[in-house]
Amino acid sequence: MARPSKLMSEVEAVSTIENGMTLGIGGWGSRRKPMSLVRALLRTDVKDLTVVSYGGPDVGLLCAAGKVRRLVYGFVSLDSIALEPHFRSARQAGTIAEPIEYDEGMLQWALYAGSLRLPFLPTRAGLGSGVMDVNSELRTVRSPYDDGEELLAVPAIRLDAAFVHLNRSDERGNAQFLGPDLYFDDLFLAACEPGRRFVSAEKIVPTADLLKEGSFHTLKINRSMVDGVIAAPNGAHFTTCEPDYGRDEAFQKAYVDAARDDESWRAFTARFLASDEAGYQRAVAEWRAERKEDKK
Amino acid sequence: MSTSLADVVAVACADAWRGDGEIFASGMGVMPMLGARLARATFEPDLMVSDGEAFFVAGDLPIGGTDKLVEGWIPFRQVFDTLWGGRRHVMMGASQIDRFGNTNIANIGPWKQPKAQLLGVRGGPGNTVNNATSFFIPKHQSSVFVEQVDMVSGVGYDRAEKLGGFIARRHDLRRVVTNLAVLDFNSPGHRMRIVSVHPGVTVADVQSNTGFELVVEGDVPESRPPTADEAAAIERIDPRGLRHRELPA
Repeated sequence: MARPSKLMSEVEAVSTIENGMTLGIGGWGSRRKPMSLVRALLRTDVKDLTVVSYGGPDVGLLCAAGKVRRLVYGFVSLDSIALEPHFRSARQAGTIAEPIEYDEGMLQWALYAGSLRLPFLPTRAGLGSGVMDVNSELRTVRSPYDDGEELLAVPAIRLDAAFVHLNRSDERGNAQFLGPDLYFDDLFLAACEPGRRFVSAEKIVPTADLLKEGSFHTLKINRSMVDGVIAAPNGAHFTTCEPDYGRDEAFQKAYVDAARDDESWRAFTARFLASDEAGYQRAVAEWRAERKEDKK
Repeated sequence: MSTSLADVVAVACADAWRGDGEIFASGMGVMPMLGARLARATFEPDLMVSDGEAFFVAGDLPIGGTDKLVEGWIPFRQVFDTLWGGRRHVMMGASQIDRFGNTNIANIGPWKQPKAQLLGVRGGPGNTVNNATSFFIPKHQSSVFVEQVDMVSGVGYDRAEKLGGFIARRHDLRRVVTNLAVLDFNSPGHRMRIVSVHPGVTVADVQSNTGFELVVEGDVPESRPPTADEAAAIERIDPRGLRHRELPA
């Protein structure tokens, strides 16, 4: 008997997200971000989220929409443009009620501990730094062995929901990364309670085709880690999704320019983010065509 | 032809990795990346250098070049593993640095509600207590070289000493390269010391652009120019002269 497909739309996926939930978002900076899911979430009334991310425009957009109450991050950056404008504004205006700033490696450890159902994992990363000064809840632990070293006990993070974007997936959530780095997408899924673990993919393929484009080493996400699968061609736009496409640098720059003031941001939102994902993709295509026309 | 400032600085960056052997030489930004690749191309051939994305590359990959001879895979997870294992020497930027090498790339002003939010601490805390760390600062000025940084994203010698044990023993801030000078922490109490000044720069120039007192020992030498081999390697690695954009003469 054929097993049921987990295919669903972005709208169906984000309709499961509730106020106050903890949401983990995969990718890294402006690289392979599940942007179509983030865009769908922007169009909901959900608020007071705790967002956990190696942050890029996902964090920026959710901050700009006023949906973030707590943010767990090591950085927020657009990579080729170092600073994320909305995240900056939100931090400088003090509108993120509880920022939790970790070392990048601490964030990995928090997710890994969460995925293994451990209360914490020990590390040296963070000790002696400002991370200890601004996160008063952090505790240290002493090695029970002869060395007796005092280490930072990074508390586990468990997620209520997780969004990641992969290159390929079958209908049941066996998913594949074809680019240079998985980032920590597997940990975001593994640290998440079953029920709201969502994988969007550039292309949905038959299970039998999964090894046609990459070796078995690229199959790091299996269906037991996934509850919903979303077909999302160009879904990471404007971030990278190698080898399917690179970053849309011109659009990323337009995004940053639009964040300059309220008026231009309202115009950007009205043009690109007001309708659904298909509307977004159409608006981007039109924007590209206009630019080509201007260049002639 | 006289040597350009950018070439002197490239060599000063490369020298940070001298003697490091077969470890990951990681450079954040154009000049540190040029430094790492220059060191590997000349006097430190065993170094591993990356393309800045996820691959170790052999040969002289030009900055921004795409024709890569891949010799290994180094995704972010393995970067963390490598640096926590101490098999890496990174050169990063810093928006603020103090006399003990505490650095800040996170924010300016109070952390709770900063005047200017920058990147966040990124990997700075883990880097500075796990592997050798150097810094490249393109504009040496008192607003960067400060009495006290606003947020400690990179751990300096005073804080490392307070932690004691493994971290205090292994803590290794190697050098700071700027547009004026090379500095390090090889002084009593690990206070920042002038190692050399770039051609045309005086010790007084460096001190007057530094917001705390620097350690000066005897006659401070001039930063060295590239050798003929190094000059040729610089041209191969940065044929488009991106280094001059960071450091105009």
